[in-house]
Amino acid sequence: MKLAASLATIAGALALQTTLTAYVRETSSLDFVLIVVVYLSLTSGPTTGVLAGTAAGLIQDALSSGVMGIGALAKTIVGFAAGRVGTQFIVTAPLPRFVVFIGASLLHAAIFIGLYVLLGLRQFSNPWPAVAGQAVGNAVVGVVGFQVLEWLPGFLQRRRMGRPIRR
Amino acid sequence: MALADIKQRPGTVLGVAVVLHLVLISVQVNTATGIPIFRALTFGTFSEVQRMITGAVTGVEELWSGYFALRGVNDENAALRQQLQDLQIKLQEERALAQRTEDLRQLLELRQRAELETTAAEIIAAGASPEFRTVTIDKGTGDRVDADMAVLSPSGVVGRVILPSARASKVQLLIDRNAAAGAIIERSRAQGVVVGAGGETLRMDYVPGTADVKAGDLVVTSGIDGIYPKGFVIGTVETVERGPGSYHEIRVSPAVDFSRLEEVLVVLTPPPGHDTAPAKGERP
Repeated sequence: MKLAASLATIAGALALQTTLTAYVRETSSLDFVLIVVVYLSLTSGPTTGVLAGTAAGLIQDALSSGVMGIGALAKTIVGFAAGRVGTQFIVTAPLPRFVVFIGASLLHAAIFIGLYVLLGLRQFSNPWPAVAGQAVGNAVVGVVGFQVLEWLPGFLQRRRMGRPIRR
Repeated sequence: MALADIKQRPGTVLGVAVVLHLVLISVQVNTATGIPIFRALTFGTFSEVQRMITGAVTGVEELWSGYFALRGVNDENAALRQQLQDLQIKLQEERALAQRTEDLRQLLELRQRAELETTAAEIIAAGASPEFRTVTIDKGTGDRVDADMAVLSPSGVVGRVILPSARASKVQLLIDRNAAAGAIIERSRAQGVVVGAGGETLRMDYVPGTADVKAGDLVVTSGIDGIYPKGFVIGTVETVERGPGSYHEIRVSPAVDFSRLEEVLVVLTPPPGHDTAPAKGERP
């Protein structure tokens, strides 16, 4: 059940990435798939983080025009690192989560850009301003998404309890 | 190994995953030919999902525009009629001008450029990763679309087809870091190569420092890459600076607004000199 939910979340993130960015220009630099991988890692641990990062990264690479495996490797390592942070530290307040999302985005960019430069496949002339912008964007969306997902079940339960009984 | 055991060994899982990824990457980098089956299958399957999502979004848009956005349509009709009359007069002026241009062209005995066979395509999805600037169009090999075919818009050059499937194709935009096109400065005929610079701009490389280039010059395709037909607009020169070597550093503003693309034309006629497709991941 949990596996199906994780896969559905990843598929939803991919659908959002390929659809929303086509209509809303401002979201084009966000990486919704990375946000979902970090979310799953923080909530379910490093093993789930590794598996989610691998699956999501491979599908994202397959749908992109780059070398298959580079994005997946970056997301796998980020999933593991975020999962470890989630198990070793208390990451329940918005600020620590914001820091984790920022760190995950920077780590992902460093591995991704580093591998492409190392293999001589692409050139990046001063990518760090764009990476910093993407990290902040991912962190804001990630933290807000986290808060909404935590707040939603309680809200629905309160609504159910407050509803009058129909006879 | 039971599932519970795997969950207790995240380090092992990470190690296995990293090794598999590295093998996968090294296999691709070493061979660099053909399209991986996994990629083609995933793209083919996901393009159908993208088509459905786009269909649903379009349906909602049509419902909105067909029922809720019709207020004030009478006033709009009157304005459009007036606009039509103005345009008809303008059209007559343009026809006269075109006829005069045609006469001059024939006088100069310029060779008439061959008609390009094209097919119109709709963009059904954006790129799956923000690091790569690609879009998915709704035409594929079933519509005679093939790899390395040029993609144009009324404003200028859009990019090239890199991954065709039966009913959809992936198009690499010219602003992608891996994209390139043979280019020429229209005014001075200085040649170079336009490449994606990341972001929304282009860079023109390999233009000698002695060449006559200035801001505002029009950059068009040269046709030497064997992909893009000659003479189509790429953009205008934004800045020209003296580079560290013997070349200019030229930044080009693309003619196409890549964030507002909705429909494009795929050129089905291969340009003269087109032979084999370049290796995967390489610039043409």
